[in-house]
Amino acid sequence: MNPVHGVDLAFWYILGISVVLLFGITAVMVAFVIRYRRSRHPVPEDIRDNFPLEIVWTVIPTLIALSMFYIGWKAYLGLREVPQGALQVEVTAQMFSWLFTYDNGKEVENELVVPLGAAVKLNVSSVDVLHSLYIPAFRVKIDAVRGMTTYAWFQADELGEYDIQCTEYCGTGHSAMTAKVKIVPEKEYLAWLAEEE
Amino acid sequence: MTAAPSFFENPSPPGLTGIKSWLLTHDHKRLGLMYMWAILFWFVLAMFLGLLLRTELMSQGRTIMSAEAYNSMFTLHGVIMVFLFVIPGIPAIFGNFFLPIQLGTDDVFFPRLNLFSWYLFMLGGLFAVVSLFLGEGFPDTGWTFYVPFSVGTESNVSLTVTAAFILGMSSMLTGLNFVTTFHRMRHPDMGLMQIPLFTWSLYATAWVQILATPVISITFVLIMLERFLGIGLFEPDKGGDPLLYQHLFWMYSHPAVYIMILPGMGVISEVIPVFSRKSIFGYKAIVWSSMAIAIAGSLVWAHHMYTSGMSDVSVFVFSLLTFLVAIPSAVKVFSWVSTMYKGAIAMSPPLLLSLCFIYLFSVGGLTGLVLGAAGTNIHVHDTHFVVGHFHFVMFGGTGFAFFAALHFWWPKMFGVMYRFRPAYIGAVLTAVGFVFHYVPMLILGLQGMPRRYYDYLPQYETGNFLAGFGGYLLIAGMVIMFVNLFVSLRNPRMAPADPWGGTTLEWTIPSPPPMENFVETPVIPDFPYDFRKFMAGGKGGGKGR
Repeated sequence: MNPVHGVDLAFWYILGISVVLLFGITAVMVAFVIRYRRSRHPVPEDIRDNFPLEIVWTVIPTLIALSMFYIGWKAYLGLREVPQGALQVEVTAQMFSWLFTYDNGKEVENELVVPLGAAVKLNVSSVDVLHSLYIPAFRVKIDAVRGMTTYAWFQADELGEYDIQCTEYCGTGHSAMTAKVKIVPEKEYLAWLAEEE
Repeated sequence: MTAAPSFFENPSPPGLTGIKSWLLTHDHKRLGLMYMWAILFWFVLAMFLGLLLRTELMSQGRTIMSAEAYNSMFTLHGVIMVFLFVIPGIPAIFGNFFLPIQLGTDDVFFPRLNLFSWYLFMLGGLFAVVSLFLGEGFPDTGWTFYVPFSVGTESNVSLTVTAAFILGMSSMLTGLNFVTTFHRMRHPDMGLMQIPLFTWSLYATAWVQILATPVISITFVLIMLERFLGIGLFEPDKGGDPLLYQHLFWMYSHPAVYIMILPGMGVISEVIPVFSRKSIFGYKAIVWSSMAIAIAGSLVWAHHMYTSGMSDVSVFVFSLLTFLVAIPSAVKVFSWVSTMYKGAIAMSPPLLLSLCFIYLFSVGGLTGLVLGAAGTNIHVHDTHFVVGHFHFVMFGGTGFAFFAALHFWWPKMFGVMYRFRPAYIGAVLTAVGFVFHYVPMLILGLQGMPRRYYDYLPQYETGNFLAGFGGYLLIAGMVIMFVNLFVSLRNPRMAPADPWGGTTLEWTIPSPPPMENFVETPVIPDFPYDFRKFMAGGKGGGKGR
């Protein structure tokens, strides 16, 4: 399964339950304010607690929270477990551009070209301050840190061009530190790779 | 009630007059008010900075300022809001004023230290102002001061972290005062389960202030050592680790989030019972959840770092702990809503603001689940979704609780009542503007717009324009709310001792309170939220509107 689906499933699950809970809490709150307004319900009752109810509303949210944790963790594993034989690209971040280096030594700035359907592993590092590589379309993001190599991977199922943005604040050019990822057919990719710069 | 001169007329220590009776005072109430004016000044300043930022973002490209100005300005907005408004806001103003009164005593345990911490607060603020005009100008690092950027940048980072260091001292001393007052000065008849929830929340907060603040102070010192001496703790070329900084920073700054929200929750726990004329639901659960939040909240810091390059095992552990800390907050929300069940609810500005709090804080908490889950976090981390989320919690939560506290205790602090209609209009406008301002940010984040962006890709323009529009509504609402409060001081309509029908001790003494709070020894109720006096015949009190 493409990890994008796992992540989106987790989004739908968590956001869906959240909307229901939010609607429920708000509806009950508004209903109480209207129903027990002083003009209509002048004498309050003295209810201080209800132990079984409190246990229920502690245990059920705990179970919901744990299920969200689990789905989120599964989705995360999808983003971390790189398939065998993935195409490796070295990514170097610098103020304020991205450098992509391929196996054959080809170096490109701000343009990542990869073949359709291939798993691509990005090995990310930085030459100066922190940056973060973010490709919203593939739900991946990983910080670029000087002195260590981090990674992210993705697999494109469709041809197209997607945005890459820097998401770790890095100075004046931070918001201009964008690049493109181009998904091209395998043949076109090989031809491009063989091209001289 | 015995007539006694209020603390406005009766300085402490006695004999001081004029400005000296304020600047040298030991009275916790005067100090609370002095904090109030200083904190409101910072709040209004940072609020308008925020508006300028959002105006810049309303259209693509340069709108009203340069990228350098934008970067310094969002840092300034964050530093002021975090260190000079949200963290000190409720504890320093309302905590100082009401904690001793709710405990049935005459002052805090260390009144002089209390005065000293006000001076530290002012000094910290002064340093922040000075750093604007000296050297290369205000830092452009964001309030997080991440290394290596904060070590390399030429802007005035050293002076600003010094300011934050001093503000941290002030915060610790306030916390120390609250813990000691809670244990040593409490009325002898008051048992632990007779303490009002606002004071309980301040107590839980105070421990976090005392235990977590030293970590950030040390971290700030390390930034300075790094800048001046280049010791290399965070420098990979010298064997250091940039991630270490992030751990140290969040080890304080995440617990700080609970320093910010817990007192706000305490305010809501006071307001809702009073206007429902009904006991808070689950008093003990709320007390325990405050303590649980204080403890568990200290163990979740690295959920800010899933994408930082730390190990997957850490991601697992911190994600799990993050979900567990959500539970006590949920328990509180359920308790507040249940408090209203079969109450006799009277609408009032503090209650309306508290209801807004419950809604906005719930959105903040629930969007936090998206951020706590590892897989979804990766997509929205460091995007506008995070900006939306924490403003829902910090502003929709703490900010609205702050407004609710102002409207709730204003008659007690100044002895005057404000007009309700403008307060309602201001509150509704603020809440509506709030939603229009921050919901677009949540959506922008889901679409992939990063935070701290001076400019953006064309697909994000509509959302940013809408957010800016909501920002203007929001500020208009707050202006109405504040003007209404200040007008009440100019044409005073006297407020009675207990305008709302409250049950905690501050409502048993005159408004404004006399110098030593209690003229006669207070009678401590067995339970702080006993509203049974309103049950006989249903008329009771009759002072509430």
